[in-house]
Amino acid sequence: MTIALDAPTAGPRRWRKPPMIADARLRYALYALILVYLYVALSSVTVNYARILVGLDRGAAFVSGFLSPNFTTRWRDISNGMLESLTMTVISTAVGVLLSIPVALGAARNVAPPPIYVACRGLIAVSRAFQEVVIAIVFVAMFGFGPFAGAMTLAFSTIGFLGKLLAEDIEDIDRAQVEAIRASGASWPQLMNYAVQPQVAPRFIGLCLYRLDINFREASVIGIVGAGGIGATLNTALARYEYDSAAAILLSIIVVVFIAEYSSGFIRKRFL
Amino acid sequence: MLQIDNLTMRYPTGDLALDDVSVAVERGQVIALIGPSGAGKSTLIRCVNRLVQPSAGAIRLGGEDIVKMGVGDLRRARRRMGMIFQEYALVERLSVMENVLSGQLGYVGFWRSLLRRFPQPAVDEAFRLLGRVGLDHMVDKRADALSGGQRQRVGIARALIQNPDILLVDEPTASLDPKTSRQIMRLIVELCHERGLAAIINIHDVPLAMMFVERIVGLRAGRIVYDGPPKGLTDQRLTEIYGEEDWSGTRAEDDEDEPPAHRKVAAAVGPPELQKAAGA
Repeated sequence: MTIALDAPTAGPRRWRKPPMIADARLRYALYALILVYLYVALSSVTVNYARILVGLDRGAAFVSGFLSPNFTTRWRDISNGMLESLTMTVISTAVGVLLSIPVALGAARNVAPPPIYVACRGLIAVSRAFQEVVIAIVFVAMFGFGPFAGAMTLAFSTIGFLGKLLAEDIEDIDRAQVEAIRASGASWPQLMNYAVQPQVAPRFIGLCLYRLDINFREASVIGIVGAGGIGATLNTALARYEYDSAAAILLSIIVVVFIAEYSSGFIRKRFL
Repeated sequence: MLQIDNLTMRYPTGDLALDDVSVAVERGQVIALIGPSGAGKSTLIRCVNRLVQPSAGAIRLGGEDIVKMGVGDLRRARRRMGMIFQEYALVERLSVMENVLSGQLGYVGFWRSLLRRFPQPAVDEAFRLLGRVGLDHMVDKRADALSGGQRQRVGIARALIQNPDILLVDEPTASLDPKTSRQIMRLIVELCHERGLAAIINIHDVPLAMMFVERIVGLRAGRIVYDGPPKGLTDQRLTEIYGEEDWSGTRAEDDEDEPPAHRKVAAAVGPPELQKAAGA
């Protein structure tokens, strides 16, 4: 045997990735706790099987309604609702985008002075803290039923969404390009136009298109709480158990979302 | 013309980047600023156009103290200082022409610059400069389509269209291959002589610096430890600047028969008084 017996360890030196929690007892205790929690959580879910059986029939009625969508009976309501939704979407996106640009500039730490930064971040936080439906309820209470309240809702949440994402993009830009433009004696608006805008433009266009998409879908939802658009029509159809008309409405929404998806993909490819 | 007095810069982190630095640069004088990484070379030239705000000291460009200027005066002062950057710092998604014309932003109002309607003399000058740096066929190319050497040429044109009194040059060759580095250095020095421009050039490459400039300032840990002609840069001096190392081969240009390249450049392109100096 020619194995060197004087080597401190025989065989290859082994390596394992060190575990995240070094203490083995603590590690296994945590695993056990997770299992206990899962068991307790799952056993606390009570399922009413009788109710599910009844519901299956209704579900079947809904699905069969889907298989024979009825566009004709409520065509006038559907087309009016859809037009209203589209109007709300376009207006709210345009207004929201225009307002979100100054907010985003103010909320970017690298281009805005601290007091403005704090104010704009606060505005974004408020806008993002409330879900669209909650804002819609408030605005419907303020402005009454109809698409105006809906458009206001969507514009307001667009500011939060675009403001935050655009501000983060501005904070990530290449500082050297900004310095170079600043060194030429450019004023602040020129700095934004020459050093910041070219760097964030592709992502900004992408975000606007995405938000247009979101706004259309949200316009359908907030109609349910009275903020106008196709959602109101859908709500009425469902309340009357007219599943065939509801299906027609849902299909129309899906078609518009698909068109928006493909055209935004096309625009993105064209411009970036 | 540029007078830096007792300049001190301490970053908010507590690092002392510059410690009581005083330098004067004459009109038309090209100086190289050498020193190890972290010696304060970049900080020094960034203090001059106040991309960073110095803690103490005074900087005068022919008159008023730049350190104490308000926003408007600072903008006007920056127009007189062209800056060239290590990684070119071109705006990648703008065209070559837009990048060059961005050097004019200090002179042009917001609406004209927004609509890209620059005054005709500025456009003429941009075409002339692009021709001078050999890029007049790439006017409408986007900057991110250019090679490193081409980008640095655009950077040079952008600095020159400001019609500056002094160039602040931060590691112009650090991202370039040796041949392009020499071409870019030669171009910068030639253009300075053509226009009687002063320049401060931060540079890592000591032999390259010695080849092209008439005065070298060595910086170590924020203090000036050498200020003189390239010839005086002995092994001992280099050790003072950079620390102990074998310096043989660094000063390959010691050949007495061959005049240094900056003299050749001055003799070839310089105004008469410089040619006289070169012939002397």
